[in-house]
Amino acid sequence: MKFMGYRRADGRVGTRNYVGVISTVVCANEVARGIAAQVKGAVAFSHQQGCCQTPPDLARVTKALIGLGSNPNLAAVLLVGLGCEGTDVDSVLKKIAATGKPVQIIGIQEEGGGAKTTAKGVLIAQQMAVEASRIKREECASSDLVLGLKCGSSDTTSGLSTNPALGVTVERLVKEGGTAIMGEVTEFIGAEHILAKQCKNEAVGRQVLALVDRMEQRVKATGVDMRGGQPTPGNIKGGLTTIEEKSLGAIAKAGKAIVQAVYEYGETPVVKGLVVMDSPGREPELLTGMAAAGANVIVFTTGRGAPQGFPFVPVIKITGNEKTWQHMNDHMDLSVHGVMDGDESLLQAGDRIYEKILETASGVDTKAEVSGYAQAMDIYVTGPVI
Amino acid sequence: MRRHAIAIKNEDNVATAICDIAAGEQAMVGVDDAIISIKATQAIDLGHKLAVRAIRKGDEILKYGTGIGRATQDIQAGEHVHVHNVESMRGRGDLA
Repeated sequence: MKFMGYRRADGRVGTRNYVGVISTVVCANEVARGIAAQVKGAVAFSHQQGCCQTPPDLARVTKALIGLGSNPNLAAVLLVGLGCEGTDVDSVLKKIAATGKPVQIIGIQEEGGGAKTTAKGVLIAQQMAVEASRIKREECASSDLVLGLKCGSSDTTSGLSTNPALGVTVERLVKEGGTAIMGEVTEFIGAEHILAKQCKNEAVGRQVLALVDRMEQRVKATGVDMRGGQPTPGNIKGGLTTIEEKSLGAIAKAGKAIVQAVYEYGETPVVKGLVVMDSPGREPELLTGMAAAGANVIVFTTGRGAPQGFPFVPVIKITGNEKTWQHMNDHMDLSVHGVMDGDESLLQAGDRIYEKILETASGVDTKAEVSGYAQAMDIYVTGPVI
Repeated sequence: MRRHAIAIKNEDNVATAICDIAAGEQAMVGVDDAIISIKATQAIDLGHKLAVRAIRKGDEILKYGTGIGRATQDIQAGEHVHVHNVESMRGRGDLA
């Protein structure tokens, strides 16, 4: 199957064509946003990291920024820094440049304050935007899709209709050579042994188990047991019988596709097919991680209605809850409530999701994009702020 | 045709109700594009499961094409499948 995308110098394909104005540290956010606000076709990526953090976290921030700048949905990148940040800015600049796209950097302390830096940045971003507008979409294959998977604000419909339908879509996509990234390691707990068996080989399966164990240890360190009381009394009343069933409802969004590899947060997959990426479940960190890994489209299933989107990767919202579809329609792109009504099969719903992905990849806007509700962004860090 | 319950995968031995099903009702169960008819021998609430074929004590309960637990007693087709006749396989340390 085909879609119309932007082929980049490094061979990857974008579904959007933005100039990314990326702040390298929290202190540069105001300037990054100020620049993007004045240039059509530019979007800002801001976050709360880059200073007063442990070396492992600073390395993670650096790596995520490289991944974000390298994302094929960005035609060009303007980095905005302060001058004293902990982020390895040289590395960020160098590695984004290695993708072949135009990238520049400006610093607030060097330029002499926010106003002057913003003014300089606007002029640079304008030029980048004009050049970006010369790039035209061309025919690309579904194997060029890198689909991020997310579920949020789940309800009964999620495990019964939306996630299994997305699983049908993912099975189809990976069969055609595309890539799907599943994160939200927290959701695997209770079914990780099952997911581990759905891997390419035992080594990958062990990596999945290690990911879950690591997430559990992080939480245990704060004195909390993640498995206790699962499923909850509310879950049981609603029909969920075991923790395996509950977690499988979440994992269902990958269908029976085989996990090819396990990646760290924000790491770009070097293989095609279904991959697992270390990440928590919260939108800002998860969506950012997907974008840093190179996702060019994200599908987000929701039961009760989650509104978030991301600045430069289209986030398609799908619900199986008819009430949510109507009640929060300004955030919803597609409904599979026909499955809950009994009128549509999971196979039919999965095919409709697939068509929606192709048209979104080709340029049809999502509700998150047209509503401007596309600001869920931050880089996942695990250590303390010091 | 309208479905009352769906089996996510062909291999599943349970289907999940997408509406309340009354005891004695003939439930239309969707399996991929096919629909089969199973008589619900007990009331099955929305979100709850009914067996689509006989399940023996000790058999795995299959949903999403995978084991989600084990039957703690024999279960007939059309019966309610839940915490009273299923145990989690995670709960047994030897099966971790």
